Amino acid sequence: MTAMLELRQVSKVYGSGPTRVHALWEVDLTVDGGELVAVMGPSGSGKSTLLTIAGSLEEPSAGEVLVDGSALAGMTRNQRARLRRRLIGYVFQDFNLLAGLTAVENVALPLELDGLGQRAARAVGLAALDELGLADHADRFPDELSGGERQRIAIARAVVGDRRLLLADEPTGALDSVNGEAVMRLLRAACKRGVAGVVVTHDAQLASWADRVVFLRDGRAVDQTARPPGPESLLAPRPNR
Amino acid sequence: MSVRHALLALLTEGPKYGLQLRHEFETRTGEVWPLNVGQVYTTLQRLERDGLVESDDPEGDGPQKGFRITPAGGQELAEWLHTPPGTVAPPRDELVIKVLVAISVPGVDVHELIQVHRRHLVELMQHYTYVKAEAAEHDVGLALVVDAELFRLEAVVRWLDAADTRLTSLPAASPVPASAVPARRRHRLEVRR
Repeated sequence: MTAMLELRQVSKVYGSGPTRVHALWEVDLTVDGGELVAVMGPSGSGKSTLLTIAGSLEEPSAGEVLVDGSALAGMTRNQRARLRRRLIGYVFQDFNLLAGLTAVENVALPLELDGLGQRAARAVGLAALDELGLADHADRFPDELSGGERQRIAIARAVVGDRRLLLADEPTGALDSVNGEAVMRLLRAACKRGVAGVVVTHDAQLASWADRVVFLRDGRAVDQTARPPGPESLLAPRPNR
Repeated sequence: MSVRHALLALLTEGPKYGLQLRHEFETRTGEVWPLNVGQVYTTLQRLERDGLVESDDPEGDGPQKGFRITPAGGQELAEWLHTPPGTVAPPRDELVIKVLVAISVPGVDVHELIQVHRRHLVELMQHYTYVKAEAAEHDVGLALVVDAELFRLEAVVRWLDAADTRLTSLPAASPVPASAVPARRRHRLEVRR
């Protein structure tokens, strides 16, 4: 099975000479379809850089990035933009919905930008909202929705159509814990349907929704959790390390 | 966790058997707090002795013995619900001591040690979040119990994160000798302990 996202020995250096900063250092990360991975680390650990490189918004200084088996380095700028529109969805802390468009128009927008007709895009957008239990919000504008609802619409937009890689940067940062939980339930549900998800966060509660947590420190992936939580571990005694 | 008061609370719904009480306690707490059947019967015996519950057959024994709450039991429960719980931290937190000790032990990488504990805590949090995620969304009792565990563990992770950052920002992570702490401050720290 081809991994949906693969980072091989990815490094990123900003600046030069005495101001040279290693934001990422030889990071390996593989995320399969259906898997939700959290990348956890403090401010300045390289989390956001990792996400922008994974989403082809920035190029690594060294190493390779593969999305759905295709190496980004071999692509032209247009090819990368096309891949972003077709396969990759982004979720940001501040929702980034367009205020003048309804929920379904926001969700359908990337499809229209990719050349799909307005009616067809709306139909696919409605299907995405319906699949995530948000159909009744379709014709509401962002300012008619709560923060939690807006973020759930942003997730629907991130997975609309054939998008199979969802990248989220502190997606619950602006929400209270109960609304944050609703967003994480939805993200988890999207991944259970086959989407590969990467969430970067400093928040352990948010990270605990993931199947796997990778710990980033000073640009290096230093550790990860041992096994995905599952029914076999439910009532098992927890060993003290 | 007061098993005594949890049992009284369950009995406010009507008379129940010991095994039934154990089952309901575990179901409502999402099996996060397993309860041993011996503990249930010992607690019920003490509650009966104190006049807070009464049974069908005070002399009898066994699983078919039913219990009901008395008016004194109802009053005890109400008083307990309104009394603030102890908020004083345990006198010595083992994890804090481990990190403090690690700073002064040669050859121990304190950041690596912190990461080992952080990973263990996050794995525990994943476990509890899984329990919550798999449960029905309307199972409020379970969500409350699991949230309590998650917030408690998150606080420990945040303390580790803060410790990690503090120790990184020190020019050299050398321990501060006790003699360097002014006597007055030492005394204050000791009193708080």
